[in-house]
Amino acid sequence: MSATDLTQADFAALPRQHSADQLSRPSLSYWADAWRRLRANPRAMSSLGLILALLAFVTVGPMVWTVDPSVQDVDHIGISPGADRQVTLTTPFIPWEPEALTPPTPSTGNPLGFTLAQSATTQSVRLTWADQDSPRRLYRNLFAPEDTGSFGLPLADLDTPYFEDRLDLQPETYYYTLVALDAAGEESETTATLTIDVTRVISIAQAQERGLIQPDESAEIGQTLKLAWHPLGTDYLGRDMLARLMYGGQVSLFIGLLAPLAFVFLGVIYGSVAGFLGGPVDQAMMRFADFVVALPFLLFMILFKVVFGIGPGESGILPMLAAMIILLWPAPARLVRGQILQIREEAYVSASKLLGATTPYVVGRHMLPNTLGVILVTITFQVPSAIFTEAFLSFIGMGVAPPTPSWGAMCNEGIKSMLTRPHELLFPAMMISATVLAFNLLGDGLRDALDARMRGAE
Amino acid sequence: MLKYAAKRIVLGLITVWFIASATFFGMHAVPGDPLTGDKALTPQIRANLEAKYGLDKPLATQYWIYLGNIAQGDFGISYTQENRRVNDIIREHFPVSATLGILAIVFAGVGGVLWGALTALYRNRWPDVAIMFLVILGISVPSFVMAAISQWSLVNLNQTAGGTVLPIGGWGSVWHMVTPALVLGLSTMAYLTRLMRSSMLEVVNTDYVRTARAKGVPATQIFSRHQLRNAILPVITVLGPAIAGITTGGFVVEIVFAIPGLGRYFVQAIQQLDYTVIMGTTVFYGAFLVFMVILVDLIYGLIDPRVRVDQ
Repeated sequence: MSATDLTQADFAALPRQHSADQLSRPSLSYWADAWRRLRANPRAMSSLGLILALLAFVTVGPMVWTVDPSVQDVDHIGISPGADRQVTLTTPFIPWEPEALTPPTPSTGNPLGFTLAQSATTQSVRLTWADQDSPRRLYRNLFAPEDTGSFGLPLADLDTPYFEDRLDLQPETYYYTLVALDAAGEESETTATLTIDVTRVISIAQAQERGLIQPDESAEIGQTLKLAWHPLGTDYLGRDMLARLMYGGQVSLFIGLLAPLAFVFLGVIYGSVAGFLGGPVDQAMMRFADFVVALPFLLFMILFKVVFGIGPGESGILPMLAAMIILLWPAPARLVRGQILQIREEAYVSASKLLGATTPYVVGRHMLPNTLGVILVTITFQVPSAIFTEAFLSFIGMGVAPPTPSWGAMCNEGIKSMLTRPHELLFPAMMISATVLAFNLLGDGLRDALDARMRGAE
Repeated sequence: MLKYAAKRIVLGLITVWFIASATFFGMHAVPGDPLTGDKALTPQIRANLEAKYGLDKPLATQYWIYLGNIAQGDFGISYTQENRRVNDIIREHFPVSATLGILAIVFAGVGGVLWGALTALYRNRWPDVAIMFLVILGISVPSFVMAAISQWSLVNLNQTAGGTVLPIGGWGSVWHMVTPALVLGLSTMAYLTRLMRSSMLEVVNTDYVRTARAKGVPATQIFSRHQLRNAILPVITVLGPAIAGITTGGFVVEIVFAIPGLGRYFVQAIQQLDYTVIMGTTVFYGAFLVFMVILVDLIYGLIDPRVRVDQ
């Protein structure tokens, strides 16, 4: 062991270079930290963007797309998105005089001689065939008939060799099938099918009435016009889908956002009072909450709707909102009570009390801010279930009353014509799914960002 | 345990009594009465009918008769379909709903546990990502939309196959049950998968798993004995609410698939305002749901001794 020469200078204090008390970075508050974590989560941020876009769609949307959602466009009933909107001007309807017609003669390829008498329009489709002794039965279908029994809608049993179809004609392709009936009135094997493309026509008077041409404007027969534009098509009553999606979204999101806000708020008050008072009061309050939880939620929602009903001219939104608030507050109440009971025992609460803090101060400064994260996450997760509840009730006809659109009610209407016009179901269904998805993902992100214990557990 | 069970059952009975009373007084608060209909009744006929149905008695008396009948399991007769007792309607249609519901629960439970365990074992690898994507989809799409989409796909499938691969609706054979049960169980399965995944992630790397692995226990045995059995507990707790969800979810699935179950009947009764049927089925469904939740909790108490200690 060698001795080291030490001088007096080795024991002098070093000059102070930087203050150890000074923080190198600004301190982050809980909320700033949570926001930083949330921003780093691309899934949560994109769902937040989606939610903002949906909110803009239902609030700003109706100002941009100013079509009235309750106006029926009778020329455009149940059309698909981006459908053809050409219309040809024609003369007013002239009654047909088929008696003057000479019936066509049957040929080998067409034993019944089934032909189109005049060009097919939405005014009328006029068909004729060879005159024979036995009667004929005429069918119409939107799909190509594959075998017997799939000819579609039976239009008439006829003794005459002609028929004029004016039944709800749309500018689509129709398959008309003529079946020869035998002496007993049974269908025989002899059939003929015509594929007919119907063109949309409108008379000048109708076009003027609908504002397609001005009264003083000159118009000729055969001229083509353009009907009103429906970017997402129309529903079964000819109402604009885009406008209905916007107004329906207002109803769905109004219930979906306001109901959770209201019942979580009620639950927070109830739960914090119970948790703070403790003892027998707490026990009694929580037994009551347990009781409400045990009630079957959807059954009571239905019962509530049946009992309070919907008067004429009412939309049924408020009874639904009230029922949700009355039935759903206990879950957040239990959650907040648990949190309050936990926080009440924390050392910082005792320290605060020791320093002379009053009860309102302790509650406002320590207890509520510490439960706020949990409350926020709860609200976010309750939004999708509230939207689902609204959609479910509207779907079974217990939700908002018919003239008022809501996404669930629109699905209910759309499902009836799912095979021929799938867009009536798909658009509102997509809106519901997108909203629910966005709130679920945002809820996941918020839980990760706000709740330290849950972090990384996903 | 017995004391706990007794307490739960008494609370359940009180809940059912409340449901029955709320239904009774709710229905009597509706303006008009079941005899207010399209047909104009002379006062004499009306009085006779009221006497027949017991509607002329004071409300309190009616309430006692109603409670007495329910206690004996008698729900009365339908107002819109004369000669049909509500009990017969329930007896006829509930087995259909129950069959569908049990299939859906089995599908949701087995599927949820297996998918959830799988995603946890393959955390952040492609099976996890793919399954979780489907799960998010299952949670976000309402059941009636799923039902409609699956029915639409079946129509197309049957058309391309040129025959009936699976029936698109109705009830009868086992094949009729497959699609509705899958659709009905789907959202519950998605929910259980998520739950199972997070509970499995908690046990995947616990000390006892590591010890078992160090001792050389085969991976399949670690999975079935140590991981799955511990992770499955939280899944059982939510089976009660899941049964409730599947029961009410059955309402729409039965409508879409035209299944003659009690759910569809219940919705029809509501739309026709058939008061006795609404009251009877509400009380029946309410009692069913309340006791299902209690049953699940009791089973959970048998499996996990910690619950019994807490109570």
